[in-house]
Amino acid sequence: MKTLIRLLGVAVALVLPAAVHAETPFTYASGKLLLTGGVNTVEGTAGGGLTPWAVIGSYGEKGQFGANVYATDVNTTDYDIRSYGGLVGLDDRLEISWSHQDFDTEAVGAALGLGHGYTIGQDVLGVKVKILGDAVLEQDSWLPQVAAGIQFKKNQNGALVKALGARDDEGTDYYVSATKLFLAKGLLVNGTVRATKANQFGILGFGGIDDDYHYQFEGSVAYLLTRKIAIGAEIRTKPNNLAVAKEDAAFDVFVAYAPVKHISLTLAYADLGNIVTRRQTGLYASLQVGF
Amino acid sequence: MKIALIALALAAVSAPALAADPAKDSAAIAPVIAADDSLYQAFGGHDGLVRLVDDFMVILLDDPRTHDFFVAAKQDHIKLMLVEQFCVVLNGGCTYTGKGMKESHAQLGIDRAAFNALVEDLQKAMDKNDVPFHAQNKLLAALAPQHRDIVTN
Repeated sequence: MKTLIRLLGVAVALVLPAAVHAETPFTYASGKLLLTGGVNTVEGTAGGGLTPWAVIGSYGEKGQFGANVYATDVNTTDYDIRSYGGLVGLDDRLEISWSHQDFDTEAVGAALGLGHGYTIGQDVLGVKVKILGDAVLEQDSWLPQVAAGIQFKKNQNGALVKALGARDDEGTDYYVSATKLFLAKGLLVNGTVRATKANQFGILGFGGIDDDYHYQFEGSVAYLLTRKIAIGAEIRTKPNNLAVAKEDAAFDVFVAYAPVKHISLTLAYADLGNIVTRRQTGLYASLQVGF
Repeated sequence: MKIALIALALAAVSAPALAADPAKDSAAIAPVIAADDSLYQAFGGHDGLVRLVDDFMVILLDDPRTHDFFVAAKQDHIKLMLVEQFCVVLNGGCTYTGKGMKESHAQLGIDRAAFNALVEDLQKAMDKNDVPFHAQNKLLAALAPQHRDIVTN
């Protein structure tokens, strides 16, 4: 319920500026094509479910702004990961996102003496800038759209993550993404390189065995079954920098469905690899509403 | 790292879109995307294209985002030129007799959102005419680069 109220607050905050747009040079007429703003990742940034894409989120085209809010649940073998937030896209150039994640340890929390349902929280503020290229309209060119982004992450359970071996409860990820839609084949391809100190997205803090940035690869492919339905797969490698527990790459296979332009639903089967106890697999469900 | 990213971000704000040789006009280089006429037949051949473009114009006029660009235009001529152009792209054996895209759109002040609105309307018209999704995407992929000549705002 608290989550819902917060989401509504964000929605109002995002929609309110739209209502007073009339005298500004920007409009909010959702000028992008269906699904070409991607969906919100678990970290809020527009992309697939796990990895950022070079597209600017929302349906705001050049000369417009757009915004959306989302809520995601990933129910894995031992944990329940909830994420919600939203983003604003401006002029199809700049994206600013915010995300909150709750990592519910459920029974594992009790086993570790933290209490059943002990929950680790994290906030992520994201900024992404389109650098060059055009993923969608430049169909006679192989050149992808390229964007660079920063994610500022703040873990709310610093004492715990430091006890587990992390060096810090906050960290900053830097990434560069390249995305191209091969429309004649109905195929979208994305590659992302991320420099990060985060353990398990930051849920287990930042730094550990070393305090260095680790360069990670992330990739997505999506295939358009119809204009409203895309299926695909993603991989996201992660550092393995905590002595207490091994960390693996994450994978998912997904289906994204946009029944109308302002709503999209993403369902996925995710394999997040080992998180403290054992391999975590489960259903990923995400709802996004925006313009 | 941080400084490099900020520099990249600043560069991006002023970076022009990647553009092809501005001297080329895309009607002259509209690519033929099919080896035979099977794609043309997926659109229903000549009669199918005429029906498609008739529906397309009705949808464009009904769409507040595109209405103003077409309401006072020579609609019959535009429809004829669209049939010719689609026919060329789909390897239907036609010749395009119209103006180049740059010349014919220079004064219209079309922005990307309006261009995309037209794409959506063409998708609706193709859906209405039961053009298979993958055939639709092949035509759209061939036409999409025309945004470089059509979008001036």
